[in-house]
Formats: sequence, C-alpha cells, structure tokens
Amino acid sequence: MSVPAAAAAGAMLPVAARTRRRVSFRAVFGLSVLIFMGGAAVFAPQLAPWDPGKQMLLKRLRPPAWQERGLREHPLGTDHLGRDILSRILHGGRISLGVGLTAVTLSALIGVTLGLVAGFFGGRADAFIMRIVDVFLAIPYILLAMGVVFALGPSLLNVILVMGATRWVQFARIVRADVLSLREREFVAGARARGNRSLRLLLRHVLPNALTPIIVVATLELAFMIIYESALSFLGLGVQPPTPTWGWMLADGRNYLATAWWLATFPGLAIMLTVLAVNLLGDWLRDTLDPRLKV
Amino acid sequence: MLGYVGRRLLQSLGVLFGVSVIVFGLVHLTGDPTRLLLPLEAREEDVRQMRALLGLDDPLWVQYARFLSRAVRGDFGLSFKHQLPALTLIFQTLPATLQLTAAGLGLALVVAVPAGILAALKRNSVLDAVCSVGVLLGQAMPVYWLGLLLIMVFAVGLGWFPAAGRDSLASLVLPATTLGAFSMARIARMARSGMLEVLAQDYVRTARAAGIRAFVVTYKYALKNAAIPLVTIIGLEFGILLGGAVITETIFAWPGVGRLAVDAIFSRDYPLVQAIVAVLATLFVVINLVIDLVYTYLDPRIVYVRSAR
Amino acid sequence: MALLSVEGLRTHFATSAGLVRAVDGVSFAIERGEVLGLVGESGCGKSVTSLSIMRLVPPPGRVTAGRILLEGEDLLDKDAEAMRRVRGARIAMVFQEPMTSLNPVFTIGDQIAAAVLAHAAGSRRAAWERAVEMLDRVQVPSPRERARDYPHRLSGGLRQRAMIALALAPGPQLLIADEPTTALDVTIQAQILDLLRRLQAERGMAVLLITHDLGVVAELCHRVAIIYAGRIVEMAPVASIFRQPLHPYTRGLLRCLPHPSRFGQPLSSIDGAPPDLRQVDGGCRFAPRCPHAVESCRRDEPALAERKPGHFVACPVVTV
Repeated sequence: MSVPAAAAAGAMLPVAARTRRRVSFRAVFGLSVLIFMGGAAVFAPQLAPWDPGKQMLLKRLRPPAWQERGLREHPLGTDHLGRDILSRILHGGRISLGVGLTAVTLSALIGVTLGLVAGFFGGRADAFIMRIVDVFLAIPYILLAMGVVFALGPSLLNVILVMGATRWVQFARIVRADVLSLREREFVAGARARGNRSLRLLLRHVLPNALTPIIVVATLELAFMIIYESALSFLGLGVQPPTPTWGWMLADGRNYLATAWWLATFPGLAIMLTVLAVNLLGDWLRDTLDPRLKV
Repeated sequence: MLGYVGRRLLQSLGVLFGVSVIVFGLVHLTGDPTRLLLPLEAREEDVRQMRALLGLDDPLWVQYARFLSRAVRGDFGLSFKHQLPALTLIFQTLPATLQLTAAGLGLALVVAVPAGILAALKRNSVLDAVCSVGVLLGQAMPVYWLGLLLIMVFAVGLGWFPAAGRDSLASLVLPATTLGAFSMARIARMARSGMLEVLAQDYVRTARAAGIRAFVVTYKYALKNAAIPLVTIIGLEFGILLGGAVITETIFAWPGVGRLAVDAIFSRDYPLVQAIVAVLATLFVVINLVIDLVYTYLDPRIVYVRSAR
Repeated sequence: MALLSVEGLRTHFATSAGLVRAVDGVSFAIERGEVLGLVGESGCGKSVTSLSIMRLVPPPGRVTAGRILLEGEDLLDKDAEAMRRVRGARIAMVFQEPMTSLNPVFTIGDQIAAAVLAHAAGSRRAAWERAVEMLDRVQVPSPRERARDYPHRLSGGLRQRAMIALALAPGPQLLIADEPTTALDVTIQAQILDLLRRLQAERGMAVLLITHDLGVVAELCHRVAIIYAGRIVEMAPVASIFRQPLHPYTRGLLRCLPHPSRFGQPLSSIDGAPPDLRQVDGGCRFAPRCPHAVESCRRDEPALAERKPGHFVACPVVTV
C-alpha cells in the first residue's frame, strides 16, 4: 500500500468515492416482484384471460406464443387438456400465497406463544417445550407432512394445518432466545421492580422487542411454505384438482418433459420467482431491522 | 467431559421417545385407525376383527407400550403391501438412499465450502457476486423443479445421463446434483459468513501483527475457527437432505427409502410408514449426536461452557 | 537516527457517513530504548496511529499521507511480504483485550511458537522450547504445563502475559502496547506494568505505550505525546509535562485527575466534547473548548513548536 508521490508532498487525496451506499436492490426487487405476484394472485379472476379449468381439447399442448404452433391468445401455451397455462399460473398463485400466509400466521401464533412461555417461565416448561422442538426437528418434515395429510385427507385446510402445526418450531426458538436475553436486561428488571405482573410484563415489554426477529423469520418461513405446499401438491397430497396449484401443474408437466417443456417450466419459474422475492425481502428486513441475526 | 456425553445421550433418548410418540400417534390421528388400515369397503365384521387383532380396544397407553416395546426390538409389523417385515424392507432400500444423500452432501460440500470461503476472502469481487446470486437462486428453487429441469436438459435433451433408475454411476449424477443443489446454497452462505466473521476477529489481527504468513493465517488459524460451526451445519443438512431425498427419489425413480415411503403412504401401508419415519428420525438423532461430540472435540471451549452452567 | 520516525501521518476512513480523518498529521520519533507514551481520550486516534504504523488499519481505513521511517526505511513503501517480515520481528504489538486477542482453538504454546516460526526457520520443537522460555520470562508459573493450555483456561493477567510473550518471542526492537492494562484488574495492572518495565530495561527495547491513563504514563514512560482529535498537541519528557503542562488540553486533563490536595472540591472536567472527525476543518481542533482561544485559533492550524528544550506544544497562545 504505497502512498502516491503527490500525497507525499503533503497534499490530501481527494475525498474518495469509496462511500458505498448500500443499494437496497434486494428490497426494491423483492418488494416489486411480491407486489406484482400478490396483485396477480388477488386479481387473478380479472387478470386471467381464460377460466383456468376450461378444457379446450382442440388446442391441447400448444407451445408458448413465441414458438411455432403457438397461439397469441395463450402466451404461455396450453396443457394436455387444453387449459391455458398463464391463467392457471395466476390462479395457482392465489393458492400458494394464500396457503403460505395462512400457515405462517398459524405457526407464528403457536410458535410465538410457546416460545414466550418457554423463555419467560423457564425451568420445566422450558425443558419440556424444547424437547418437543427437538422431536419435531428430528422427523423429516416431508414425511411427517405427507403422513398427516394422508391420514386426514388431502385438502386445503389440512395442508395449512399441517404446516402450521409443524413449522412453529422456528418461531418458538427465536422468540425463546430473545426472551431469554431480554429477561436479563435492565429495563425488564426495572419494570418488575415497579411491580408489573408477569403477563403484562411479557406483552408490554418483551414482545415488541422480539417483534423484529419474528417478522424476519415469518418472511423466510413464508418462502419455505410456498415451496412445501407445492411439494405436497406435486406428490398429490395437497390441494386437489380442479383447483390449479403450481405443484400440481409441475406434476402434470412431468409426464410431458420430452414433448411439452413449457408445462413444467413456467410453474416452476413462478415458484422460484416468488420464493426469491420473499427471500430477498426477508434478507433485507433482517439486514435493516436486526443485524444480530445476520448470517 | 463424560458428564456432557452422558447428558447428550440422555437428551437424544428423550427425543427418540418423543419421536416414538408421534409415530404412534400418526396412525391414531383420525381416531379410528382401522379406517386407514383397511380398504374402504371393509365389512363391519372385518373391522371388528381388525380391531381385536390390533388390540385397538385396549386403552391408549397400553397400545403405546406395546408399540414401543415392539419398536425397540425392531418389530414394526408386516408391511401390508409387501407382506414382509417393515424393517427388512427399510434395510433393503436404505443403502440406496444413503448413497444418494452422501453423494448429494459430498457434492454440495466440495462445491459450496471452497466457494463460500473464497467469496469471503475476495469480498466484493466478481466471484463473491456470482456466489451471492447462486445462493439466492439455489435457495429459491424448488428441488423437484430443478430435478425436472435437469432431466429435460441432460437426460432428454442431451442424453448424457439416464433419467431414472439406479443402474450405474452415471445414473447417480442427476439425482445427486438435484439433491445437492438444495444444500449447496445454504452451505456456501454459512461458509462465507462464518469465514467473514472469523476474519474480523481480534485474534486474526494478533496473528497478522506477529508477522505470520497470510496463507497460514487464513488456512490454519481462521479456518479452524470457521470450521466448527460448519460441522454442525453438516449434521442438520443431512437431516434436511433425507427429507429432500423423498422427492428426489420419486422423480428419478431411485429405489431408496424415500420412494418406498411415498409408495407406502399412497398404498396406506401404515406399518411401513411408521417404521420409515422412526428409522429416519433415529438416524437423524444419531448423526446429530455424533456431530455434537465431534464439535466438542474441535472446540476446546464448549465443554467448559456447558459444564459451568 | 531515531529508531522510529513518524512524519505527517494521515489515516482516513471512507465510511458511508462521511470521511473520518482519524489521524490527521501526526509526527513523532522514538529513540532506541526509549518509552514514549501516547495519551488521549477514546476516539482520539491513538489506536489508529499504532495500527497505521503496523499497516494493519482495517478497511475502509487507509493511510493517505506521511512517512513511517523504521531505521530510515519508509514502511509505507514496502510490499506485503517485506512488511510481513517487519511485523513481529522488528515491531511487535500487544493489544488491549487479551480475551479476544488470542485464538481460542490453539494452545498458547502453539501460538507463540507460530510467531517464532514466522520469522526464523527451525524445527517445531525448537520453536516450542522458545515459547516455553518466553512464558518463563514473562513470569508465567509452570510455563511448560501452561504452554499446553488453551487461552480460556488462563486468567486475564496470565493471558496478557502470554500475549506479551507472543509479541516478544521474535525479539523485536520496538513494542507497541495498545492499552495493555486497561482491561485488567487494578492489582494485575500493576504486575503487568512491572513486567513491561523490567522487560524493557532488560532488552533495551523501545516502547510506544498507548493509554488514556496518565498514571501509567508516569510509571513507565520517558516521554509523552498528547493526542487530541487526530493531532498531537503536546510532546515532552514526562517530568516536564507533569510539572508544567503547556497545552490547554493537557492542563485540563491533569486537572481532571483527583488529587488529595483538592479533597472536598468538586471534580473538574473539560467542557464540551471532542469534534466529529468527519467535519473538522482548518484551525485548532481544541478551539471550541479552549478557555484561551482567540480568533486566529479557529483559522490557522497550530504547528508543533519547541517552546522549551525538548518540550513541543501546538498552541501559539499559551505563554511559557
């Protein structure tokens, strides 16, 4: 690192343009994709050019519009029953995002509550809850989900229930860790000294501080759930037809890999983009809100 | 030290105990397992017979005790579909799954660890950027989609690798890549951040101030510290991969436990399902126990921290 | 020729919040065998100065101007490998936090041996022997057994001794000690200071002692440089500074020390706070807080001038 001759003469180097502004490209990208997807999902019935369930057998297996044999009214092609792929993707988004959000909320509720209990009351309650967490972590998630869904019957509600009832562990762990560390902090001790009752103490002081990691975990869990809901659908255990889901579309596409590549590609792309956006958003949230969690 | 080992062992047993409860509970979720275990058209009489046979009229805890005592002896009953002891079937197919998982994990480690470390060393370089993008995509991509894509491109399109079956080493490539990609992103990320964190530590500064060669500082001093959390990640990844294997095996028709499980679930072959979940969970617990112990060997601090608590 | 001569050193940090001029025109010299104290409050640039000499300033920091002459050679001109050979072998450094400054997964014997091997070819056994010998020199009891210990097994005082052993093992001519006793208990502080004094005398080693504690300075140093907001404001032999501090800042500092003669009176302090190092301009940086400041103080940067033999002050206003 030798100093340029000019500097040696005593002159100061110009203020370096080294000040790197952290461009939150991620946030912008993530947020915009999500808004786009979310909007598409919510307004699917209006946006979709076709009824997703409408079978137009005369136009089956048409490639995307830009290829030979493609049709302009089916920009992403049609599937083996002549259904418009774009419309199905739009409607499928509703399921994926809807299930994901509901399941995340459910698992957050369970997880946060148990985490608070474990962290705050400690002792036996804590040990017990953490053992349960360990158990849930030990069982391969997919098998558990499959087993339960199959036992209860594949349906939208059951998928949500299963995901909510098994993924709460992530929330519980993070909340418990936060509660444990916050418990030691002075302001909690101060509040206690003022005679606050335990529960109120918990809700008033501890929860707001734990909120940021909860939000971050929630975003990342949402991504996970979108993938797993589609995995379950792919295996035939999720939401049943005729409701289109991305996973189901992929399963269909599997049979036409050699002949109709678009069947499998676009739904997968949709999943990937959505999950990517959610992940980016989650990363950005984590970076800005809680540098402690930085990975 | 021995006390710590003992405690971890006890903890693992506790977890296994919990797992057994869940496995047992799976079948009883709907309240009446016979509905699950018999075809839907079964007659009332068959149902009653089945209940008696399975001892379902006994109180729940008795049933559980029976289940548990049989389970620890390896008796999970006969698979309905195959009419063979469930455990036998599992042991027949387990090697294939382990092979796939090991290959996937191995591939992921070989690619991701150096990539992550290099990205940390050459921070903000082109390599780092490429790595970041790769990580992002890798984490967003659903496993099975990647599998389908790989099949489309490499099996159908280019014809380099077979799309299904377990015939040769070549047939291992696509499934292992699919499975490995799952972990690659996560491992690379952990490696990078772990390395960055270590490089920022005071003791690295001390080593540099003492004039120790940069090469030694990075690859001996820093790496040993960064390796420690990485080792625990490997244990976790193995468990996640076991789960991912289920889907991968289905796509590639790989004759492993995962495919057996999916098959069993759809054929309502519940003894087999129970056995599989139990075995895989046990495997996971054992692996993590081993990893934990390796960790205490690597990091001299940890035993004291634990015992001091 | 002085052992170490720092001339016009400037080290700046280009942060997203602005350019921080942490060290802005620092010059001093250390003779062989001399102990120079560098005194200042937190954030004044003393640690950055020492890191600059070792060229270990973490990014986004950079040395932007000046010369650092070690026996006449400019360290800033050296390439990476040449600088590596300087570090440890000719200039060594001891840091403030012994807890985090030692690698937790290697034994202290290993770490000291590594420092030896970095500069002298030899067998690992020989390096290990040297490590044990060094631990003995720094008065670590049962050095042979202790060498096999991991850092977390040692108390704070022992860890700091190990750090000193590590720094001195290759036999440097200059030791930079950055607040070596700040993180230690008072009783241990005294022991470490004793050790440093003994070692310095034994080896005829030069020491750059960085501290905010004037008491430590009085114990150990031959000369003192007072640094404020990235610049040296006063530099003189220890006795001279304590007897007649010239710079208003130094005077303020000395007045802050509780003294039995002022028992019962309220503690004094210096009004105001150090300037934001991103927004400094020409002129004396202490002017805003200085009771003697005049108009020209805010305009013209005061230069270090020798107002008494060997006693330099950067203040045109004070009278000797």
